[in-house]
Amino acid sequence: MKNKLLIPLGVFIVLVGFLLVGLFRDPREVPSPLIGKPAPQFTLAQLHEPAKTMGTADLKGQVWLLNVWASWCVSCREEHPLLVELAKSKLVPIIGLDYKDEPRAGKGWLAQNGDPYTLSVVDRDGRVGIDWGVYGVPETFVIDKQGTIRYKQIGPITAEALEKKILPLVRELQKS
Amino acid sequence: MTPPRLSSLALAIVLSILPLAAVAADALPTERDPVAASRAVKISEKLRCLVCQNQSIAESNAELALDLRQQVREQIAAGKSDREIVDYMVARYGDFVLYEPPVKATTLLLWAGPALLLLAGFVALILMLRARRRQNDEPPLSVAEHERAAQLLAGDAGKENS
Repeated sequence: MKNKLLIPLGVFIVLVGFLLVGLFRDPREVPSPLIGKPAPQFTLAQLHEPAKTMGTADLKGQVWLLNVWASWCVSCREEHPLLVELAKSKLVPIIGLDYKDEPRAGKGWLAQNGDPYTLSVVDRDGRVGIDWGVYGVPETFVIDKQGTIRYKQIGPITAEALEKKILPLVRELQKS
Repeated sequence: MTPPRLSSLALAIVLSILPLAAVAADALPTERDPVAASRAVKISEKLRCLVCQNQSIAESNAELALDLRQQVREQIAAGKSDREIVDYMVARYGDFVLYEPPVKATTLLLWAGPALLLLAGFVALILMLRARRRQNDEPPLSVAEHERAAQLLAGDAGKENS
């Protein structure tokens, strides 16, 4: 009889366990279906030289990062120093996708905060962003030599994510 | 009663129609095709806005929802089927964009969960009823016990004990 009384308590503890785990998970982080898939192709005008274009085809054969940013994006400021630092180390090319932004504002923002990008391209109407499943700027993708997306960071890059996930992955991909 | 009322009525009518014009500006490619417009709304209602997660892209006014609604309308104009448009969104944003998740291995528990819980409830109920019946199933009284019970009820119990 005593054991029977323990059953509701057990169910309750399991429930609390689930809720507790749920409490520390970020519901805004939606797993991307694009990981492990070929990166969506694009060819876009460059931010600094609008007459020239750059596209995914130009980057085949190397590991690269795509960082989605915008001058209107507040949390981009949070990750920006890390990107500038990373650019100095010259470990990996960082391509900037200036998402739904006024090119002039974008250029001004880079002049003010430092330009970590090997190149920036302009996604004026956000179409390339949709192709890449972008829904919260900033977002950062790691693309391997074959042009496959290997990792996606949603929201600003943190020092921890950079050290523990992004850089080790980049090094591993560069070796292969 | 007084003449100015008519003009204020006209003003009220104009003001009440104005918002419709604003909506129409948002819906360019399908504005002249009510069938396509209602299709666009139907598809948009099935898709979750990723920025404000408890609204569909039909309800949300987030920048991304506007862009995705535009995509839906353009693809309808381009002759895509509803299925193709939904698949396009799922390919980019995952099953999460669907308010109604598809039935597959990873969502089986989600779909079957309520039925399983109901079943578990029934099983527990049946087990409990059985256990209760077993408790009640004491052997019926023998003839001697019946007599004793009758005596006790008649108030003769004292005699026996003395």
